[in-house]
Amino acid sequence: MIKSKNSPDAKRSDLLLIANMVTPGSRVLDVGCGDGALLEMLSQERQVDSRGMEISQSGVNACVARGLSAIQGDADIDLKTYPDKAFDYVILSQTIQATRNPKHVLEELLRIGQRVIVSFPNFGYWRVRLALGIGGHMPMTNALTQPWYVTPNIHFCTVSDFLNLCDEMNVHIEKAYALSRTDRIYPFGRPVLFANLLAEEAIFLLSQ
Amino acid sequence: MADIKKETPDESEDNPAGRRLDPELVSAAGIAVFDHSQPLKLGSGASLAPYQIAYQTYGTLNKARSNVVLVCHALTGDQHVATTHPVTGKDGWWPRMVGPGCPIDTDRFFVICSNVIGGCMGTTGPESIHPETGLPYGLNFPVITIGDMVKAQVNLIDQLGIADLFCVIGGSMGGMQALQWASSYPERVFSAIPIATAARHSSQNIAFNEVGRQAIMADRDWHSGNYQRVNARPNKGLAVARMAAHITYLSEKALQRKFGRNLQDRDQITYGFEADFQIESYLRHQGFTFVDRFDANSYLYITRAMDYFDLEDDFDSVLSNAFKDTKTRFCIVSFTSDWLFPTSEARHIVHALNAASANVSFVEIDSDKGHDAFLLDEPEMFSTLRGFLNSAAQARGLSADKAGSFA
Repeated sequence: MIKSKNSPDAKRSDLLLIANMVTPGSRVLDVGCGDGALLEMLSQERQVDSRGMEISQSGVNACVARGLSAIQGDADIDLKTYPDKAFDYVILSQTIQATRNPKHVLEELLRIGQRVIVSFPNFGYWRVRLALGIGGHMPMTNALTQPWYVTPNIHFCTVSDFLNLCDEMNVHIEKAYALSRTDRIYPFGRPVLFANLLAEEAIFLLSQ
Repeated sequence: MADIKKETPDESEDNPAGRRLDPELVSAAGIAVFDHSQPLKLGSGASLAPYQIAYQTYGTLNKARSNVVLVCHALTGDQHVATTHPVTGKDGWWPRMVGPGCPIDTDRFFVICSNVIGGCMGTTGPESIHPETGLPYGLNFPVITIGDMVKAQVNLIDQLGIADLFCVIGGSMGGMQALQWASSYPERVFSAIPIATAARHSSQNIAFNEVGRQAIMADRDWHSGNYQRVNARPNKGLAVARMAAHITYLSEKALQRKFGRNLQDRDQITYGFEADFQIESYLRHQGFTFVDRFDANSYLYITRAMDYFDLEDDFDSVLSNAFKDTKTRFCIVSFTSDWLFPTSEARHIVHALNAASANVSFVEIDSDKGHDAFLLDEPEMFSTLRGFLNSAAQARGLSADKAGSFA
């Protein structure tokens, strides 16, 4: 089994990259905002008008207590309450694999946001393949930190799978980044053979 | 500014709230009077003139007049949000929320709390004297709405020379007023905190109010609403109304925890109809202390105003239209065990605000104390509201709180 190293650092570089993709002063919705780490970074460093949606009430209350706008909501259900193109960016960071209907969620994100930023743990990452293929275990990595019986993740995909879904939905991929195990960031394009193998985590900037 | 909690009741009576205002700002001392030339045009089509509004203020108005927080009280509340009640001698009704160092910090904010129109603590209501007849209004008082209460508050802050509110906050019926303010006067409301409330009164809540009203009207001392003229008071009916309502403010779990089936000052049941159980004794006490400070006709009128509240209906059944293009920052609060204004009502408001692209936060506080939780010590409510208010204050350009931090 692969040991996970200090995951907050890994999360940090992921968030920094996302924050840098956002135009300062824009309107942003962070779906699955947790305790507001990204929201706080966005409002402090990018001066955005940021809102958060989070499924856990304790996460929401933590966000509001630190002065961030957040509501309790479920990405699978509550995105429908927003009007079309209500935000410049809608962010789904490390959450799509935990939704019940990822395709529908992605459609909703593209409806309410001009642009959509999605990040997820890549199930095609070589260590994941090794853990499952050779080790015979459900993988645990920097990006997959919880054992199978705890994790909220129910819809894993690889970089390649995600691109196929985007193609099927006619979604335009403006930018794609791979995050390595050492938190290095690599932009990548097609073909995705290497990114699919080497990215522990992938981040996409999408539009319709 | 003196610590308001140190005030004795006598001081606050001798030095009405007006003394805290900028001397240039206010000459009226806690009572704003509106004469025949300024009638209050009511939702029913009737108008009310003259009328007066009794209010309390706390803290100091800043030079820019940008630090005003309007606290809206609930059905049986009044303007004594953080001052000793003149009738009961008890502390203000929201002591942990409003005061120095509290989330609504009177060292930073200038807090106004006024008795609603139709009330019985100094604002014109059914107990007041009808200027044409020289007799108490009784049921000749016009029916009022939540919108009318808010209009009266607008006139009050106009008279105080205050252009807009940094925040309007209230629980239950106070939350209805906060929603009405944000909907009707969006440009005058920087932030709004509706707590344990709904955009429209539910059928069940109208039903409970009707039970209360019928209890009052069934009391022979009610005299068709003219009890003042014969020097009577329908205390029994009002007490029963309060007892029934009080149950709805609690939760089954809280009642069980607090009282269970415990007996009151006795070892066994008496096989009679005395207050054998502690819960009976508690409710009787709630009922009989309530009548000392509340007018029965006011209870009829104010419950009716709640029943008529339907913000959605005012906007072609599309609640989001009530908040179209709003710039107001909202924080909606509900409590898990509140069955009078359950979280589903809060969520309905939140969804409407989402649809209006409003800046909205929504916190549900885990509590077993029922609807009354908003008045009680709920640390998570205080910490989230502190965060919301600090963030709003920063956006408004108000100074940081005492801790020097907006975090």
